[in-house]
Amino acid sequence: METLNMLIVDDEPGIRTGIHRSLKDFTVNFPFFDDDYNFDLIDAESGEQAISILESQKVDVVLLDNKLPGIEGIDVLEYINKKQTDCVVMMITSYASIDLALRATNNGAYNFIPKPFSSQDLKSACESITKHLFLKRMTRKMKYEAKQVRFKFLSVLSHELKSPINAIEGYLRIMKDRQMGENISAYEKMIDRSIIRLDSMRGLIMDMLDLTKIESGTKIRTLSTVNIIDVAKTAIDSIYPVAIQMNIKIIPDFPEEMIVNADSGEIEIILNNLLSNAVKYNRENGEVKVLIGIDDDNLNFVVTDTGIGMSDIEQSMLFREFTRIKTDKTKNLSGSGLGLSIVKKIVDLYHGTIEVRSKSDFGSEFHVKLPVSCLKLC
Amino acid sequence: MDKNCKKILIADDDSDYLEQLKFHVESFGFCALTASSEAECMETLKTRKPDLAIFDLMMNNDDSGFILSYRLKKLYPDVPVMIVTSAASVTGLNFEPADESERSWIKADRYLAKGIRPDQLHREINKLLKL
Repeated sequence: METLNMLIVDDEPGIRTGIHRSLKDFTVNFPFFDDDYNFDLIDAESGEQAISILESQKVDVVLLDNKLPGIEGIDVLEYINKKQTDCVVMMITSYASIDLALRATNNGAYNFIPKPFSSQDLKSACESITKHLFLKRMTRKMKYEAKQVRFKFLSVLSHELKSPINAIEGYLRIMKDRQMGENISAYEKMIDRSIIRLDSMRGLIMDMLDLTKIESGTKIRTLSTVNIIDVAKTAIDSIYPVAIQMNIKIIPDFPEEMIVNADSGEIEIILNNLLSNAVKYNRENGEVKVLIGIDDDNLNFVVTDTGIGMSDIEQSMLFREFTRIKTDKTKNLSGSGLGLSIVKKIVDLYHGTIEVRSKSDFGSEFHVKLPVSCLKLC
Repeated sequence: MDKNCKKILIADDDSDYLEQLKFHVESFGFCALTASSEAECMETLKTRKPDLAIFDLMMNNDDSGFILSYRLKKLYPDVPVMIVTSAASVTGLNFEPADESERSWIKADRYLAKGIRPDQLHREINKLLKL
C-alpha cells in the first residue's frame, strides 16, 4: 500500500469532516499500479496555514477551496506553482466562474470539483488525480533514467573510441621522434598494432551505426524472400580465414535451401556475430557447429563452439551494450562489445529469442529462434 | 634488473598503451613492472613495492584505478600514485578530487589525461619521485 498525503484546505469544518468520512478506507487502484494507494489527510483552515504545512511536510494532493478567510485559494495555488512543489491541486469551489477557472488552470490546477459534491464525486475525482500523479511521476522517472543510460553509453563509447586513438598516436610519436633509431623495421610491431587498432575501431564505428539505426527505428528494413542458407554460407566464408589461422573446423548442418521472408542484411548480422564469436573465443584445433533448421514454430540457428565458455555471471551480462568479458583468456582479443547487443535487438525485431548455454572451458551454444509466423508477415 | 633503478608499476588493460608507457618509462631510465588487469596488479603489489605507480582508471571496473590506488596506499602509504584516463576530456568529467571528503578516499597524487607527451610524463614522474 502506498500512501498519498492529501492536504484539505477549507474553512468549513463540515466539509472537512465530510471529506474525512468519504476517504476513510478508500483506496485507488489501476491495473498499471504496482500497489494500491490510500490517503493520509491533513487539515488546513486557511490559506496561510496551508502554506506553512506545504513548507514543512511532503504533500502529494491538495484539495483547495477558493473562498477562504485570509488569502484566497488561488493565491495558495500561485504559491505552489512558484515553488514548483511536486503536488497536484484540485480546486473545490461553489463560486466557480470562468475567470477563476481560467486563472486556476493557468496556474496548474488539475481539476475542479464544484460544491456541493457527493461522496462519489469526490472519490472519482481522487481516482483521476491519483492516476495523473502516478503518470506524471513515472514519466519524470523514466526521462531521468533515459538520460542516465544515455550518459553512461556516451562516456563508455568515448572511452572505447579514444583508447585506440591514444594507442596509435603514441606509436606515431615514438616513430616521429625516431626513438628506436632510423631503421623502419624496428617499428614493425608498432605499425602492425596500429593497423589492428584501426581495424577494430572501424568495426566499433560500423557496429555503432547499426545499433543507432535499429534503436532510432530509421533502419530501412527490406523484407524479401531470402535463402537463409546463402546468407549462412557467406557468413561462414567471411570468418573462414580467421578459422584457418587457429585450425578451427567449421561444421555446417543445414539443407541446401531454406526460403523465408526476411531482411537478408539483418540475418547476416546475426550469423556474422554468432560465427565470429564462436571462432574468436575458441581454442586452437577447435570446432564450430552451425545448425540451421526450421520447425512448425521457429527458424532455429544453433551455433556451438568448443571455446573458452563463460561463467554464469558472465552470461548474465552478455547482451548488454559494451559488455566485453575481460579475463586473461580474452584480453588479447579485440571487439566492440556491441555485437551481441545488436544481435539481440535484431532478434527482437522478429519477436524472436536468443539463449545461451555455456560452461567455462568447455564452450558455448547460442540458440536464436525466429518465429515462423513473423518470417511470413513481419 | 639494476638494483638502484627506481621501480615504476604500470597497470593498464590496453596492451598497446601499457607497452608504450613501459617503453617511455624505461627510456627515462626507470625500471618498469607491468600489469594488464586490476587482479594482476593486486598480485604484483603483494610481493613488490614499487617507487611509483601509474594506473589506468577504467579497467575491469570503471573505477579500477581508484580501487588500486586505495589498496596500494593501504599497503605502502608513501608510494605516489598517478592515475591516467582517456575519459576526462571527452565527457567533461573532472576526476580531480573536488574537496576534502573526496580526497580522503581517492588516494591518487596526480591525474593525467591519456595522450600526455613523454617529456611531460617524465617531468610528472620526477616531481612525484622528488628527483
